[in-house]
Amino acid sequence: MTEEPKPRSAGVVYTETVVYSAPEAFLKDAPYQIAIVTLDEGGRVTARILGERVAIGDQVSFVEHRDGVPYFRKSAS
Amino acid sequence: MRPVAVAAIGKTAFGAFPDRDLRSLAVEAGRKCLEDGHAGPGQVEALFLGNFAGPAFVGQSHLAPYVASGLGIQGVPATRFEAACASGGSAFFHAVSAVAAGLYDLVLVLGVEKMTSQPTPKVAEILASAGDLGGEMRAGATFPALFAMIARRHMHQYGTRREHLAAVAVKNHANGARNPQAHMRKVITLEQALAGKPVADPLTLYDCSMVSDGAAAVLLAPLERAAEFTSKPVRVLGIAQASDRFALDEKEDITTFPAVRAAAEKAYRMAGAGPADIEFAEVHDCFTIAEIIATEDLGFVKPGEGGPYCAQGSTALDGARPVNASGGLKAKGHPVGATGVAQICDVTAQIRGQAGDNQVRRHSLGLAENLGGSGATGVVTILGAA
Repeated sequence: MTEEPKPRSAGVVYTETVVYSAPEAFLKDAPYQIAIVTLDEGGRVTARILGERVAIGDQVSFVEHRDGVPYFRKSAS
Repeated sequence: MRPVAVAAIGKTAFGAFPDRDLRSLAVEAGRKCLEDGHAGPGQVEALFLGNFAGPAFVGQSHLAPYVASGLGIQGVPATRFEAACASGGSAFFHAVSAVAAGLYDLVLVLGVEKMTSQPTPKVAEILASAGDLGGEMRAGATFPALFAMIARRHMHQYGTRREHLAAVAVKNHANGARNPQAHMRKVITLEQALAGKPVADPLTLYDCSMVSDGAAAVLLAPLERAAEFTSKPVRVLGIAQASDRFALDEKEDITTFPAVRAAAEKAYRMAGAGPADIEFAEVHDCFTIAEIIATEDLGFVKPGEGGPYCAQGSTALDGARPVNASGGLKAKGHPVGATGVAQICDVTAQIRGQAGDNQVRRHSLGLAENLGGSGATGVVTILGAA
Protein backbone atom coordinates (compact mmCIF):
# COMPACT_ATOMS: atom_id res chain seq x y z
CA MET A 1 0.00 0.00 0.00
CA THR A 2 1.79 3.07 -1.20
CA GLU A 3 -0.80 5.72 -0.24
CA GLU A 4 -0.18 8.03 2.71
CA PRO A 5 -0.95 5.99 5.85
CA LYS A 6 -4.27 6.83 7.51
CA PRO A 7 -4.82 7.00 11.27
CA ARG A 8 -5.52 3.53 12.58
CA SER A 9 -6.74 2.09 15.82
CA ALA A 10 -6.38 -1.64 16.08
CA GLY A 11 -6.28 -4.91 14.20
CA VAL A 12 -5.36 -8.59 14.18
CA VAL A 13 -2.01 -10.12 13.17
CA TYR A 14 -2.47 -11.90 9.81
CA THR A 15 1.18 -13.03 9.64
CA GLU A 16 4.52 -12.03 11.13
CA THR A 17 8.25 -12.64 11.13
CA VAL A 18 11.25 -11.68 13.22
CA VAL A 19 13.97 -10.31 10.93
CA TYR A 20 17.53 -11.28 11.94
CA SER A 21 19.31 -10.50 8.69
CA ALA A 22 18.35 -6.85 8.24
CA PRO A 23 18.89 -4.45 5.35
CA GLU A 24 21.54 -1.80 5.92
CA ALA A 25 19.03 0.89 6.92
CA PHE A 26 17.67 -1.24 9.78
CA LEU A 27 20.82 -3.01 11.00
CA LYS A 28 20.68 -1.18 14.35
CA ASP A 29 17.12 -2.47 14.99
CA ALA A 30 17.78 -6.19 14.32
CA PRO A 31 16.33 -8.50 15.37
CA TYR A 32 12.93 -6.82 14.97
CA GLN A 33 9.43 -8.03 14.27
CA ILE A 34 7.26 -7.02 11.34
CA ALA A 35 3.68 -8.11 10.77
CA ILE A 36 0.87 -7.79 8.26
CA VAL A 37 -2.06 -6.52 10.29
CA THR A 38 -5.71 -6.91 9.25
CA LEU A 39 -7.21 -3.58 10.35
CA ASP A 40 -10.52 -3.35 12.16
CA GLU A 41 -11.59 -0.71 9.62
CA GLY A 42 -10.72 -3.07 6.75
CA GLY A 43 -7.65 -3.67 4.63
CA ARG A 44 -4.17 -4.75 5.65
CA VAL A 45 -0.94 -2.95 6.36
CA THR A 46 2.67 -4.04 6.86
CA ALA A 47 3.78 -2.74 10.26
CA ARG A 48 6.56 -2.85 12.79
CA ILE A 49 5.80 -4.41 16.18
CA LEU A 50 6.95 -2.72 19.38
CA GLY A 51 7.54 -4.52 22.69
CA GLU A 52 6.33 -8.06 23.23
CA ARG A 53 6.47 -10.46 20.23
CA VAL A 54 3.11 -11.22 18.61
CA ALA A 55 1.71 -14.30 16.86
CA ILE A 56 -0.93 -14.84 14.17
CA GLY A 57 -4.38 -14.02 15.60
CA ASP A 58 -3.11 -11.64 18.28
CA GLN A 59 -4.92 -8.32 18.74
CA VAL A 60 -2.65 -5.33 18.22
CA SER A 61 -3.13 -1.58 18.75
CA PHE A 62 -1.75 1.24 16.65
CA VAL A 63 0.94 3.27 18.41
CA GLU A 64 2.34 5.80 15.94
CA HIS A 65 3.76 6.48 12.51
CA ARG A 66 7.51 6.90 12.14
CA ASP A 67 8.82 7.86 8.70
CA GLY A 68 5.54 6.71 7.20
CA VAL A 69 5.72 3.27 8.83
CA PRO A 70 2.91 2.27 11.20
CA TYR A 71 4.01 0.82 14.56
CA PHE A 72 1.71 -1.49 16.51
CA ARG A 73 1.89 -3.08 19.96
CA LYS A 74 0.17 -6.15 21.41
CA SER A 75 -3.17 -5.09 22.92
CA ALA A 76 -3.69 -5.45 26.65
CA SER A 77 -5.94 -8.48 27.15
CA MET B 1 0.21 -19.49 -34.26
CA ARG B 2 2.84 -21.99 -35.36
CA PRO B 3 4.57 -24.58 -33.13
CA VAL B 4 7.88 -23.50 -31.59
CA ALA B 5 10.84 -25.64 -30.55
CA VAL B 6 13.88 -25.29 -28.34
CA ALA B 7 16.61 -25.95 -30.91
CA ALA B 8 19.68 -25.48 -28.70
CA ILE B 9 20.73 -24.73 -25.12
CA GLY B 10 23.84 -23.44 -23.33
CA LYS B 11 24.71 -22.46 -19.75
CA THR B 12 27.64 -21.27 -17.71
CA ALA B 13 28.25 -22.87 -14.34
CA PHE B 14 26.53 -20.93 -11.53
CA GLY B 15 28.66 -19.64 -8.66
CA ALA B 16 30.70 -16.71 -7.38
CA PHE B 17 33.13 -15.75 -10.13
CA PRO B 18 35.16 -12.67 -9.10
CA ASP B 19 37.14 -12.67 -12.37
CA ARG B 20 34.12 -12.72 -14.67
CA ASP B 21 32.02 -9.74 -15.75
CA LEU B 22 28.39 -9.76 -16.87
CA ARG B 23 29.19 -9.72 -20.57
CA SER B 24 31.70 -12.57 -20.47
CA LEU B 25 29.15 -14.77 -18.68
CA ALA B 26 26.42 -13.90 -21.18
CA VAL B 27 28.75 -14.43 -24.14
CA GLU B 28 29.87 -17.82 -22.81
CA ALA B 29 26.27 -19.04 -22.46
CA GLY B 30 25.31 -17.62 -25.86
CA ARG B 31 28.30 -19.20 -27.63
CA LYS B 32 27.70 -22.58 -26.00
CA CYS B 33 24.09 -22.42 -27.12
CA LEU B 34 24.94 -21.51 -30.71
CA GLU B 35 27.56 -24.29 -30.77
CA ASP B 36 24.97 -26.74 -29.45
CA GLY B 37 22.76 -25.77 -32.40
CA HIS B 38 25.63 -25.65 -34.95
CA ALA B 39 24.48 -22.08 -35.65
CA GLY B 40 26.36 -18.82 -36.12
CA PRO B 41 25.60 -15.39 -34.67
CA GLY B 42 24.74 -14.13 -38.16
CA GLN B 43 21.71 -16.42 -38.23
CA VAL B 44 20.15 -14.94 -35.07
CA GLU B 45 17.18 -12.72 -35.98
CA ALA B 46 16.57 -11.26 -32.51
CA LEU B 47 18.04 -11.33 -29.00
CA PHE B 48 15.68 -11.36 -26.00
CA LEU B 49 17.68 -10.73 -22.81
CA GLY B 50 16.38 -11.49 -19.32
CA ASN B 51 18.17 -9.42 -16.68
CA PHE B 52 16.86 -8.11 -13.36
CA ALA B 53 19.29 -5.46 -12.19
CA GLY B 54 22.46 -5.22 -14.25
CA PRO B 55 22.43 -1.41 -14.02
CA ALA B 56 22.37 -1.63 -10.19
CA PHE B 57 24.66 -4.66 -9.76
CA VAL B 58 27.38 -3.68 -12.24
CA GLY B 59 26.46 -0.15 -13.35
CA GLN B 60 25.95 -1.10 -17.00
CA SER B 61 22.80 -0.15 -18.91
CA HIS B 62 21.67 -0.81 -22.50
CA LEU B 63 22.44 -4.41 -21.75
CA ALA B 64 20.89 -6.27 -24.67
CA PRO B 65 22.96 -4.60 -27.42
CA TYR B 66 25.98 -4.78 -25.05
CA VAL B 67 25.60 -8.56 -24.90
CA ALA B 68 24.62 -8.90 -28.59
CA SER B 69 27.70 -7.00 -29.64
CA GLY B 70 29.88 -9.32 -27.54
CA LEU B 71 28.36 -12.27 -29.36
CA GLY B 72 28.77 -10.79 -32.83
CA ILE B 73 25.03 -10.34 -33.30
CA GLN B 74 24.27 -7.12 -35.19
CA GLY B 75 21.54 -5.45 -37.20
CA VAL B 76 18.66 -7.15 -35.39
CA PRO B 77 16.47 -6.25 -32.38
CA ALA B 78 18.21 -6.77 -29.02
CA THR B 79 15.97 -6.00 -26.05
CA ARG B 80 16.12 -6.46 -22.28
CA PHE B 81 13.19 -7.84 -20.25
CA GLU B 82 12.86 -7.15 -16.53
CA ALA B 83 10.36 -8.92 -14.27
CA ALA B 84 12.39 -9.31 -11.05
CA CYS B 85 13.25 -13.01 -10.55
CA ALA B 86 11.02 -13.91 -13.52
CA SER B 87 13.05 -11.77 -15.95
CA GLY B 88 14.42 -14.86 -17.74
CA GLY B 89 11.03 -16.54 -17.95
CA SER B 90 9.45 -13.36 -19.23
CA ALA B 91 12.10 -12.94 -21.96
CA PHE B 92 11.50 -16.57 -22.96
CA PHE B 93 7.71 -16.12 -23.00
CA HIS B 94 7.91 -13.06 -25.24
CA ALA B 95 10.44 -14.73 -27.55
CA VAL B 96 8.23 -17.80 -27.96
CA SER B 97 5.29 -15.50 -28.72
CA ALA B 98 7.28 -13.70 -31.43
CA VAL B 99 8.44 -16.94 -33.09
CA ALA B 100 4.95 -18.45 -32.84
CA ALA B 101 3.51 -15.33 -34.48
CA GLY B 102 5.98 -15.67 -37.35
CA LEU B 103 7.92 -12.45 -36.66
CA TYR B 104 11.22 -14.33 -36.57
CA ASP B 105 12.51 -17.84 -37.12
CA LEU B 106 15.71 -17.96 -35.06
CA VAL B 107 15.69 -16.15 -31.72
CA LEU B 108 18.32 -16.28 -29.01
CA VAL B 109 16.95 -15.96 -25.47
CA LEU B 110 19.60 -15.19 -22.90
CA GLY B 111 19.38 -14.69 -19.15
CA VAL B 112 22.23 -13.25 -17.09
CA GLU B 113 22.97 -11.79 -13.67
CA LYS B 114 26.26 -10.76 -12.07
CA MET B 115 25.51 -10.37 -8.35
CA THR B 116 28.55 -11.27 -6.27
CA SER B 117 30.64 -8.18 -6.98
CA GLN B 118 28.48 -6.26 -4.47
CA PRO B 119 28.64 -6.69 -0.67
CA THR B 120 25.71 -8.59 0.89
CA PRO B 121 23.82 -5.56 2.31
CA LYS B 122 23.97 -3.90 -1.13
CA VAL B 123 22.72 -7.12 -2.79
CA ALA B 124 19.82 -7.18 -0.29
CA GLU B 125 19.02 -3.54 -1.09
CA ILE B 126 18.99 -4.17 -4.85
CA LEU B 127 16.81 -7.28 -4.45
CA ALA B 128 14.47 -5.32 -2.15
CA SER B 129 13.72 -2.94 -5.04
CA ALA B 130 11.56 -5.77 -6.45
CA GLY B 131 9.24 -5.29 -3.45
CA ASP B 132 7.02 -2.33 -2.58
CA LEU B 133 9.52 0.30 -1.45
CA GLY B 134 6.79 2.61 -0.15
CA GLY B 135 5.15 -0.05 2.04
CA GLU B 136 6.46 -3.45 3.10
CA MET B 137 10.12 -2.66 2.43
CA ARG B 138 9.94 0.69 4.27
CA ALA B 139 8.68 -1.22 7.33
CA GLY B 140 11.89 -3.28 7.32
CA ALA B 141 10.96 -6.28 5.20
CA THR B 142 13.51 -8.11 3.07
CA PHE B 143 12.76 -10.81 0.50
CA PRO B 144 13.48 -13.53 3.06
CA ALA B 145 11.11 -11.67 5.44
CA LEU B 146 8.31 -11.62 2.86
CA PHE B 147 8.64 -15.37 2.24
CA ALA B 148 8.98 -15.95 6.00
CA MET B 149 5.59 -14.28 6.47
CA ILE B 150 4.19 -16.47 3.67
CA ALA B 151 5.63 -19.55 5.40
CA ARG B 152 4.18 -18.53 8.79
CA ARG B 153 0.73 -18.14 7.29
CA HIS B 154 1.01 -21.44 5.37
CA MET B 155 1.99 -23.18 8.62
CA HIS B 156 -0.94 -21.55 10.42
CA GLN B 157 -3.54 -22.40 7.76
CA TYR B 158 -2.38 -25.88 6.83
CA GLY B 159 -0.18 -27.26 9.60
CA THR B 160 2.96 -27.10 7.46
CA ARG B 161 5.99 -27.69 9.70
CA ARG B 162 9.62 -26.58 9.83
CA GLU B 163 10.55 -30.17 8.92
CA HIS B 164 8.64 -29.82 5.65
CA LEU B 165 10.60 -26.71 4.70
CA ALA B 166 13.84 -28.43 5.68
CA ALA B 167 12.93 -31.47 3.54
CA VAL B 168 12.91 -29.23 0.46
CA ALA B 169 16.40 -27.94 1.31
CA VAL B 170 17.76 -31.45 1.95
CA LYS B 171 16.37 -32.76 -1.36
CA ASN B 172 17.63 -29.83 -3.42
CA HIS B 173 21.07 -29.95 -1.82
CA ALA B 174 21.24 -33.69 -2.62
CA ASN B 175 20.37 -32.95 -6.26
CA GLY B 176 22.76 -30.00 -6.46
CA ALA B 177 25.61 -32.18 -5.17
CA ARG B 178 25.21 -34.32 -8.34
CA ASN B 179 25.14 -31.31 -10.70
CA PRO B 180 28.61 -30.23 -11.91
CA GLN B 181 27.25 -26.76 -12.83
CA ALA B 182 25.64 -26.10 -9.42
CA HIS B 183 26.83 -23.32 -7.10
CA MET B 184 26.36 -25.41 -3.94
CA ARG B 185 27.46 -29.04 -4.19
CA LYS B 186 27.05 -30.13 -0.59
CA VAL B 187 24.70 -32.76 0.83
CA ILE B 188 23.03 -31.64 4.07
CA THR B 189 21.03 -33.52 6.70
CA LEU B 190 17.59 -32.64 8.04
CA GLU B 191 19.21 -31.79 11.39
CA GLN B 192 21.62 -29.35 9.73
CA ALA B 193 18.80 -27.68 7.80
CA LEU B 194 16.74 -27.27 10.97
CA ALA B 195 19.68 -25.83 12.90
CA GLY B 196 20.60 -23.23 10.28
CA LYS B 197 21.34 -19.63 11.21
CA PRO B 198 18.04 -17.71 11.47
CA VAL B 199 17.44 -15.20 8.66
CA ALA B 200 13.77 -14.32 9.20
CA ASP B 201 11.68 -16.66 11.35
CA PRO B 202 10.86 -19.41 10.48
CA LEU B 203 13.41 -19.34 7.62
CA THR B 204 17.08 -20.15 8.17
CA LEU B 205 20.03 -19.83 5.84
CA TYR B 206 19.17 -23.30 4.46
CA ASP B 207 15.72 -22.10 3.36
CA CYS B 208 17.19 -19.37 1.13
CA SER B 209 18.57 -19.65 -2.41
CA MET B 210 22.07 -18.59 -3.35
CA VAL B 211 23.35 -15.22 -4.52
CA SER B 212 25.13 -16.24 -7.72
CA ASP B 213 26.70 -15.20 -10.99
CA GLY B 214 25.69 -17.00 -14.15
CA ALA B 215 24.05 -17.03 -17.55
CA ALA B 216 21.87 -19.35 -19.62
CA ALA B 217 20.75 -19.33 -23.25
CA VAL B 218 18.18 -21.01 -25.45
CA LEU B 219 17.86 -20.93 -29.24
CA LEU B 220 14.25 -20.95 -30.47
CA ALA B 221 13.12 -22.00 -33.93
CA PRO B 222 9.85 -22.89 -35.59
CA LEU B 223 9.28 -26.62 -35.03
CA GLU B 224 9.44 -27.26 -38.79
CA ARG B 225 13.03 -25.95 -38.88
CA ALA B 226 14.27 -27.43 -35.59
CA ALA B 227 15.84 -30.46 -37.28
CA GLU B 228 18.38 -28.11 -38.93
CA PHE B 229 19.87 -27.52 -35.47
CA THR B 230 19.28 -30.62 -33.38
CA SER B 231 18.46 -34.30 -33.61
CA LYS B 232 16.44 -33.93 -30.40
CA PRO B 233 14.09 -30.97 -30.75
CA VAL B 234 11.98 -30.12 -27.72
CA ARG B 235 8.61 -28.53 -28.34
CA VAL B 236 7.08 -25.65 -26.38
CA LEU B 237 3.67 -27.21 -25.81
CA GLY B 238 2.23 -24.55 -23.53
CA ILE B 239 3.40 -21.24 -22.09
CA ALA B 240 1.84 -18.30 -20.28
CA GLN B 241 2.81 -15.32 -18.15
CA ALA B 242 0.50 -13.61 -15.65
CA SER B 243 0.65 -10.85 -13.07
CA ASP B 244 -0.92 -10.33 -9.65
CA ARG B 245 -1.23 -7.77 -6.87
CA PHE B 246 2.17 -6.40 -6.06
CA ALA B 247 2.58 -6.27 -2.27
CA LEU B 248 1.71 -9.06 0.16
CA ASP B 249 -0.57 -6.76 2.17
CA GLU B 250 -2.67 -6.19 -0.96
CA LYS B 251 -3.37 -9.93 -1.40
CA GLU B 252 -6.36 -11.73 0.04
CA ASP B 253 -4.46 -15.00 0.64
CA ILE B 254 -0.66 -14.99 0.70
CA THR B 255 -0.34 -18.81 0.79
CA THR B 256 -0.93 -19.06 -2.97
CA PHE B 257 0.41 -17.27 -6.05
CA PRO B 258 -2.56 -16.44 -8.32
CA ALA B 259 -0.20 -15.38 -11.13
CA VAL B 260 1.26 -18.90 -11.17
CA ARG B 261 -2.20 -20.47 -11.02
CA ALA B 262 -3.41 -18.31 -13.93
CA ALA B 263 -0.31 -19.00 -16.03
CA ALA B 264 -0.48 -22.74 -15.27
CA GLU B 265 -4.14 -22.95 -16.24
CA LYS B 266 -3.43 -21.31 -19.60
CA ALA B 267 -0.28 -23.35 -20.24
CA TYR B 268 -2.06 -26.63 -19.42
CA ARG B 269 -4.93 -25.72 -21.75
CA MET B 270 -2.53 -24.81 -24.56
CA ALA B 271 -0.63 -28.08 -24.09
CA GLY B 272 -3.81 -30.16 -23.86
CA ALA B 273 -2.38 -31.61 -20.66
CA GLY B 274 -3.10 -31.52 -16.95
CA PRO B 275 -1.01 -31.63 -13.77
CA ALA B 276 -1.24 -35.44 -13.68
CA ASP B 277 0.54 -35.65 -17.05
CA ILE B 278 3.61 -33.69 -15.91
CA GLU B 279 6.45 -36.16 -15.26
CA PHE B 280 8.96 -33.74 -13.70
CA ALA B 281 9.32 -30.02 -13.02
CA GLU B 282 11.83 -27.27 -12.33
CA VAL B 283 10.13 -24.79 -9.98
CA HIS B 284 11.10 -21.45 -8.45
CA ASP B 285 12.44 -22.37 -5.01
CA CYS B 286 13.87 -18.94 -4.16
CA PHE B 287 12.89 -20.06 -0.64
CA THR B 288 11.86 -23.56 0.44
CA ILE B 289 8.27 -22.44 1.09
CA ALA B 290 8.05 -21.26 -2.54
CA GLU B 291 8.66 -24.82 -3.81
CA ILE B 292 5.98 -26.17 -1.48
CA ILE B 293 3.48 -23.59 -2.75
CA ALA B 294 4.54 -24.15 -6.38
CA THR B 295 3.61 -27.84 -6.18
CA GLU B 296 0.19 -26.75 -4.89
CA ASP B 297 -0.37 -23.91 -7.39
CA LEU B 298 0.65 -26.15 -10.31
CA GLY B 299 -1.98 -28.66 -9.22
CA PHE B 300 0.39 -31.52 -8.33
CA VAL B 301 -1.27 -31.60 -4.89
CA LYS B 302 -4.10 -29.75 -3.13
CA PRO B 303 -3.47 -26.51 -1.20
CA GLY B 304 -1.70 -27.31 2.06
CA GLU B 305 -0.35 -30.70 0.93
CA GLY B 306 2.92 -29.44 -0.57
CA GLY B 307 4.99 -29.93 2.58
CA PRO B 308 4.14 -33.60 3.22
CA TYR B 309 4.35 -34.23 -0.56
CA CYS B 310 8.05 -33.32 -0.53
CA ALA B 311 8.81 -34.80 2.90
CA GLN B 312 7.51 -38.24 1.84
CA GLY B 313 9.92 -38.33 -1.09
CA SER B 314 7.48 -37.93 -4.00
CA THR B 315 9.52 -35.10 -5.51
CA ALA B 316 12.98 -36.64 -4.98
CA LEU B 317 15.19 -37.50 -7.96
CA ASP B 318 13.93 -41.10 -7.79
CA GLY B 319 10.42 -40.11 -6.68
CA ALA B 320 7.15 -40.35 -8.61
CA ARG B 321 7.49 -36.77 -9.91
CA PRO B 322 10.95 -35.25 -9.44
CA VAL B 323 10.91 -31.53 -8.67
CA ASN B 324 14.12 -29.52 -9.09
CA ALA B 325 16.26 -32.46 -10.15
CA SER B 326 18.91 -29.83 -11.01
CA GLY B 327 19.18 -28.72 -7.38
CA GLY B 328 16.85 -25.79 -7.95
CA LEU B 329 17.60 -22.18 -7.11
CA LYS B 330 18.48 -23.41 -3.61
CA ALA B 331 21.56 -25.43 -4.65
CA LYS B 332 22.10 -24.80 -8.36
CA GLY B 333 22.21 -21.08 -7.62
CA HIS B 334 20.00 -18.10 -8.42
CA PRO B 335 21.61 -15.53 -10.71
CA VAL B 336 18.25 -13.79 -10.87
CA GLY B 337 17.92 -12.90 -14.56
CA ALA B 338 19.42 -16.22 -15.68
CA THR B 339 17.14 -18.44 -13.60
CA GLY B 340 14.07 -18.61 -15.85
CA VAL B 341 16.18 -19.41 -18.92
CA ALA B 342 18.29 -21.95 -16.98
CA GLN B 343 15.09 -23.77 -16.00
CA ILE B 344 14.24 -24.13 -19.71
CA CYS B 345 17.78 -25.44 -20.37
CA ASP B 346 17.43 -27.97 -17.54
CA VAL B 347 14.00 -29.24 -18.60
CA THR B 348 15.23 -29.49 -22.21
CA ALA B 349 18.33 -31.46 -21.16
CA GLN B 350 16.09 -33.86 -19.21
CA ILE B 351 13.77 -34.40 -22.19
CA ARG B 352 16.79 -35.04 -24.43
CA GLY B 353 18.06 -37.56 -21.85
CA GLN B 354 21.25 -35.53 -21.38
CA ALA B 355 20.95 -34.58 -17.68
CA GLY B 356 23.79 -36.86 -16.53
CA ASP B 357 23.68 -37.79 -12.84
CA ASN B 358 20.56 -35.65 -12.47
CA GLN B 359 18.59 -37.50 -15.16
CA VAL B 360 15.00 -38.37 -14.20
CA ARG B 361 13.45 -41.71 -15.22
CA ARG B 362 10.36 -40.48 -17.04
CA HIS B 363 11.28 -37.48 -19.15
CA SER B 364 8.92 -36.92 -22.06
CA LEU B 365 6.87 -34.08 -20.52
CA GLY B 366 8.29 -31.46 -18.15
CA LEU B 367 7.31 -28.09 -16.70
CA ALA B 368 9.16 -24.95 -15.64
CA GLU B 369 7.74 -22.37 -13.20
CA ASN B 370 9.41 -18.97 -12.73
CA LEU B 371 8.20 -16.50 -10.08
CA GLY B 372 8.87 -12.76 -9.90
CA GLY B 373 9.01 -10.76 -6.66
CA SER B 374 6.70 -12.11 -3.99
CA GLY B 375 4.41 -13.43 -6.73
CA ALA B 376 3.46 -10.43 -8.86
CA THR B 377 4.77 -12.23 -11.98
CA GLY B 378 4.42 -15.91 -12.82
CA VAL B 379 5.60 -17.74 -15.95
CA VAL B 380 4.76 -21.39 -16.61
CA THR B 381 6.15 -23.40 -19.54
CA ILE B 382 5.36 -26.97 -20.57
CA LEU B 383 7.93 -28.70 -22.76
CA GLY B 384 7.74 -32.08 -24.46
CA ALA B 385 9.67 -34.30 -26.84
CA ALA B 386 8.84 -33.21 -30.39
